[in-house]
Amino acid sequence: MCGIVGLFLKNVALEPELGRLTADMVRELRDRGPDSAGFAVYGDETSGTTKICTIVRTGRVAWPQIAERLANATNANVSVEEIENHAVIKTEGDGDMARSWLIDNVPEAIVLSQGLSIEIFKGVGDPGIVVERLNLIGRKGSHAIAHTRMATESAITIAGSHPFSTGEDTCLVHNGSLSNHNRLRDLLRRHGERFQTENDSEVAAAYLTWRMREGDSLKAALQQSLQALDGFYTFVVGTREGFAVLRDPIACKPAVLAETDDWVAFGTEFRALATLPGVVNARIWEPEPATVYVWSRE
Amino acid sequence: MSSNDPWLHTPPRESAIFDKHTIAEIHRAAATGIYDIRGFGAKRKLPHFDDLLFVGASISRYPLEGYREKCGTDVTLGTRYAKKPITLKIPVTIAGMSFGSLSAPAKEALGRGASAVGTSTTTGDGGMTPEEREHSSLLVYQVLPSRYGMEPDQLRKADAIEVVVGQGAKPGGGGMLLGQKISDRVAAMRTLPKGIDQRSACRHPDWTGPDDLAIKIEELREITEWEKPVYVKVGAARPYYDTALAVKAGADVVVLDGMQGGTAATQEVFIEHCGIPTLAAIRPAVKALEELGMHRKVQLIVSGGIRSGADVAKALALGADAVSIGTAALIALGDNHPHWQEEYRKLRTTAGCYDDWHEGRDPAGITTQDPELTRRLDPLLAGKRLANFLSVLTLECQTIARANGKSHVHNLEPEDLVALTVEASAMAGVPLAGTDWIPGQGSSR
Amino acid sequence: MAHQPLAAGPAGEPIRNTTLDLAHMSVREVNRLLHAASQGDFLIKNPRGLHAIVAGLDGELNVSIDGHVGYYCAGMNKRASININGNAGTGVAENIMSGLVHVKGDVSQSAGATGCGGLLIIDGNASARCGISMRGLDIVVKGSVGHMSAFMAQAGNLVVLGDAGDALGDSIYEARLYLRGKVKSLGSDCVMKDMREEHKASLRNLLDAAGIGGAVDVSEFRRYGSARSLYNFHISNLGSY
Repeated sequence: MCGIVGLFLKNVALEPELGRLTADMVRELRDRGPDSAGFAVYGDETSGTTKICTIVRTGRVAWPQIAERLANATNANVSVEEIENHAVIKTEGDGDMARSWLIDNVPEAIVLSQGLSIEIFKGVGDPGIVVERLNLIGRKGSHAIAHTRMATESAITIAGSHPFSTGEDTCLVHNGSLSNHNRLRDLLRRHGERFQTENDSEVAAAYLTWRMREGDSLKAALQQSLQALDGFYTFVVGTREGFAVLRDPIACKPAVLAETDDWVAFGTEFRALATLPGVVNARIWEPEPATVYVWSRE
Repeated sequence: MSSNDPWLHTPPRESAIFDKHTIAEIHRAAATGIYDIRGFGAKRKLPHFDDLLFVGASISRYPLEGYREKCGTDVTLGTRYAKKPITLKIPVTIAGMSFGSLSAPAKEALGRGASAVGTSTTTGDGGMTPEEREHSSLLVYQVLPSRYGMEPDQLRKADAIEVVVGQGAKPGGGGMLLGQKISDRVAAMRTLPKGIDQRSACRHPDWTGPDDLAIKIEELREITEWEKPVYVKVGAARPYYDTALAVKAGADVVVLDGMQGGTAATQEVFIEHCGIPTLAAIRPAVKALEELGMHRKVQLIVSGGIRSGADVAKALALGADAVSIGTAALIALGDNHPHWQEEYRKLRTTAGCYDDWHEGRDPAGITTQDPELTRRLDPLLAGKRLANFLSVLTLECQTIARANGKSHVHNLEPEDLVALTVEASAMAGVPLAGTDWIPGQGSSR
Repeated sequence: MAHQPLAAGPAGEPIRNTTLDLAHMSVREVNRLLHAASQGDFLIKNPRGLHAIVAGLDGELNVSIDGHVGYYCAGMNKRASININGNAGTGVAENIMSGLVHVKGDVSQSAGATGCGGLLIIDGNASARCGISMRGLDIVVKGSVGHMSAFMAQAGNLVVLGDAGDALGDSIYEARLYLRGKVKSLGSDCVMKDMREEHKASLRNLLDAAGIGGAVDVSEFRRYGSARSLYNFHISNLGSY
């Protein structure tokens, strides 16, 4: 149970404000998601460079040394930047290979995201404080998705926080409660997906990853999930180009969309959208149940 | 072998799998094509409070003198947010039961009995009757998925508000009232046509999930100036998570109803096969409260098969702040009394087994709307019986508490208990008697 | 937060024609003031999607709200007239007992849920579950309504000038539905019924009350209601439950 916000900027002049605008939205939804927060920011691309975000579970990791080892192992240029308990590793080599290497060689850390554009950060505690600590406010980019979490049937941990990475430059956030995720998790494991939590949302994310690996487009994978997933859900999926929204057929969980010439935004409650510039003149509507919506650049 | 051989005797052997109740049910299903509906709670044998014992006083632990040395029984509910928390003189309340499922004299008797000993009653699916408000010194008002009878003036007249997510008999089911009990008065209160079978919603109409429940609770508080304690009631399903979520949604009190909890009417399969036993639900709920630093700050009321002061004491020892009785209260009023045995026989049952409360033919006049039958229940006498029973529950609980050295029943703790069975030990988190072993936890912590 | 300086009337109530700014006051402060008032005109500014604004009013009050409101605006309203110059979130006018709530924009799900009386007018569209379990309220929606509207609706009238989504009137009791546009699908036990003169007259009254009686032709509407076949449990209906 949670709050979701998404912001997609149509007007590039607003890109320096992306983080600040998103943080304002997140703060409005801290009541319905008081346990933890996470966000995915898309932007700051450098041609040929993959960014991998990680977070340390406990203790400290000597990231400069890790970066060097990774560079040697993959024969590529690697740099690393630390923020709080996160590290953003940039590699000019193969992204998938770097990700696998990190999972296998740095068990003290969890890989949060991998992609040319995406960066994911997460923190436990009051969302308002989390977004400040992790400097969401200062980030620039074209679009962002954030999530405030009220843990329902699993523990409050970093690993259990959304967004869940579903593949290169793709992530998912979820408001609701799935009911058939345990058996689905077993099936997905047999298809090679790896899980770090008991969380239902992680299963949804892995389902999409699997479908897209099998060749489905994001839209087709989301369409399929209407059959495969049981329960109540509003999903917002981030992609390199934009974001997608899907509500289950019963559509009890709330969802509001708003659009102006400058942006398209998603919020679990209108309250979150009320902070955006020009919202007074925005077109405001609710996504239909069982319908996939996609916004993307070009 | 000759069948005349007097040595041979073959008493009939009943199957434990296809026992006579199972066979009768299959015959009934084959005859009617519809599931069986009944009232009462789960009847099958379950791990329950009987599988726990209090240790009592010994050389290392000293008892209190009965009567002279006080053993307190009061409990205050709603201290978290309510401007007007309510204080009960005894840690036993009357659970939510509707006018509709119960007769008017029955509701009046419950109010009289509870008020006489300083505790609360609760409305049910259908709203608040004026008699109920008049006769209950403390009245809790339920907000149910159906919202039958819901209106702001009643909300404001109540002493506390109970948002019902579910009940133990049918976690995930809505209310059920069949046509024979939808009298003119009931129909008017619920805005339903008379004599129809009421269909009920199982989810609330305007919120789903704890994040939206938080906003609903806020609205209820706004309408009532933040004065009244707000309870959240759940059937025992995932008590650890449900309790944590109720706290996060802003509840003052959590009411937890185990599968033994009664109902006026629902499908038999729901009652017997859905929801977990009361005994298994309490420790997880208390654990959730403790982890959030909310034990005793958000009060926990436990119900579902509370029958005696021993049950009360055991529930409190496991961490509850109070208990609630439903079935036991009706029995105290006179339900299933042998006095009506002839009538029970006519209904093809016997005193002690009568559970077809949905039919509205209760000889005791309690779970019926039939004026001929309801006339039989004298609300003053029945109220007195309930007051007596509540007093006995309290005295028994105090007796046990004093014997365990407590000057207040809230000081009962899990360490005062031992278990007789492995299941009870695992569920209640107390060691098997004479050992320090708790299944799943190894030796004593 | 800085308070609006408010002069009090002889009974300690706020003076009429008061402006209350939610940018400087809390919802609690606004509601407390309005709960204490038995009459008056009020303008509320900067609602910014906040919840339970003007819930629980009981009095001959006229309230205007400039902006979009959150959940349960005007919940359990009695007697007051409330105009929302914007959109409303989940459960607007839920359990309304009497009075008027008029939303100029769109509304989220469960608008008018379990409402017992009064009139709810929606100039825009309503989302899912409009009029769910309504018990005597009248709702007039000038736009369309979403799926599961009038679910288990017990009494009252739902008038929709636009279209209706899936499962209209599922498990409906005695409420009446008047629809001008298309219906995506009907719910369990909901059927089209005759539009007789008395229904047209009733519909005309509802449209007049919503201020559009002159602009709309009642003969363009169809009436829907309960087939009443689920009123008593019967095994042959099991597929419908």
